[in-house]
Amino acid sequence: MISAGKVHLFEDLLTQKTRRRNMNTTSTHFVPPRRFEIYEPLNQMSMWEESFKNNGGMYTPSSITIPTNEKPDSLSEDTSHGTEGTPHKFDQEASTSRHPDKIQRRLAQNREAARKSRLRKKAYVQQLETSRLKLIHLEQELDRARQQGFYVGNGVDSTNALGFSDNMSSGIVAFEMEYGHWVEEQNRQICELRRVLHGQVNDIELRSLVENAMKHYFQLFRMKSTAAKIDVFYIMSGMWKTSAERFFLWMGGFKPSDLLKVLLPHFDLLANQQILDVCNLRQSCQQAEDALSQGMEKLQHTLAESVAAGKLGEGSYIPQMTCAMERLEALVSFVNQADHLRLETLQQMHRILTTRQAARGLLSLGEYFQRLRALSSSWATRQREPT
Amino acid sequence: MDKVMRMSSEKGVVIFTKSSCCLCYAVQILFRDLRVQPTIHEIDNDPDCREIEKALVRLGCANAVPAVFVSGKLVGSTNDVMSLHLSGSLVPLIKPYQSFLN
Repeated sequence: MISAGKVHLFEDLLTQKTRRRNMNTTSTHFVPPRRFEIYEPLNQMSMWEESFKNNGGMYTPSSITIPTNEKPDSLSEDTSHGTEGTPHKFDQEASTSRHPDKIQRRLAQNREAARKSRLRKKAYVQQLETSRLKLIHLEQELDRARQQGFYVGNGVDSTNALGFSDNMSSGIVAFEMEYGHWVEEQNRQICELRRVLHGQVNDIELRSLVENAMKHYFQLFRMKSTAAKIDVFYIMSGMWKTSAERFFLWMGGFKPSDLLKVLLPHFDLLANQQILDVCNLRQSCQQAEDALSQGMEKLQHTLAESVAAGKLGEGSYIPQMTCAMERLEALVSFVNQADHLRLETLQQMHRILTTRQAARGLLSLGEYFQRLRALSSSWATRQREPT
Repeated sequence: MDKVMRMSSEKGVVIFTKSSCCLCYAVQILFRDLRVQPTIHEIDNDPDCREIEKALVRLGCANAVPAVFVSGKLVGSTNDVMSLHLSGSLVPLIKPYQSFLN
């Protein structure tokens, strides 16, 4: 690749070549800066060779080294200074010709042109570097946005570039922003729990941390409840969650009994009664979840019936829409009920465990979700790499 | 309301529902899983539907249905039933009415 500067230099060469022909002079007196030799692609080499051949033999190939095998990435801008350091035989011959001033002037022009070319190249490279950094920064922002569940256009939906769907109301946008803050606070709390549990901590401080963590989850459920009234489909689909979290989605959130199953082995020092209580809790959870799931299936069934009611194919379906809308109202209740289940599970665990166990449990729970979020972003990065 | 009082004090688990209510259905499923056969009153098929609804709301069920009574006493709506169950307090309540015959 040849920079703009070099093109100018070549243009200089060409015009000189033409001028030489016109001037009918036999002396070329032109010595390229040595650094030129490093970058030359083959066609420009022939240009060079041609310009020297025009001199009618005043040049002997051996006197000017134009190495073709030089590595293109030896970007040493300093070699240009060596131009005058090792004068070629040709140079010596030229200085004895008829126009020493012209030669000097030409040499000076060349040096100047080369210098400008280097400066231009430097500016260009710097520009590339800045753009590259900008691109990395943008990619990171995109990743962060994806992680926080912003629906960044992956081509599936009719969303615009940096993803707010046209359907997204301001309430949902507000929810997503709030959720971003929620995650930040969550991460901070997890760090705090981790730090405190590693050292000596009194029960009062621990209890306060546990209370805060619980309140933090309750806050999320309140946020979801508000958002569900605005767009229940958004909540049901877990749109604000990362992809791996969505894989485990049940009724717009995590499934309490699954979570208990995952975390149970990580609770330390459980008394027998505690183990029994947790197992009973898990079973009750499963039964409640099962009941809600079946209720949801019935809702889907009745909704489908409502949408398909009457004659399909007539092209008018306003009464069906009205009926279906009424059915959909129930979806909000289901989402709320699922969150209620999550809340109750948390509270029961809080009741069953000691303060320290609860702190440990909340830490494990928090980090589990952190890992799921990390998995989502690792997976996304992995897919972007070429195979 | 008399009708509600009468119906709710029937033996065992009594649930007031509406045929279109899927949460009511969920609650029924839960009791069935707990091996209880609740008595279901679908109030939208009852001529006094409006009255019954009002009465249930007055008793404390915000959406009227589902309204669950056990042994004549009001347990509550879906939320209450779920909370009770998770705390382990529901099963003792319905124990007399659980049947373990398949």
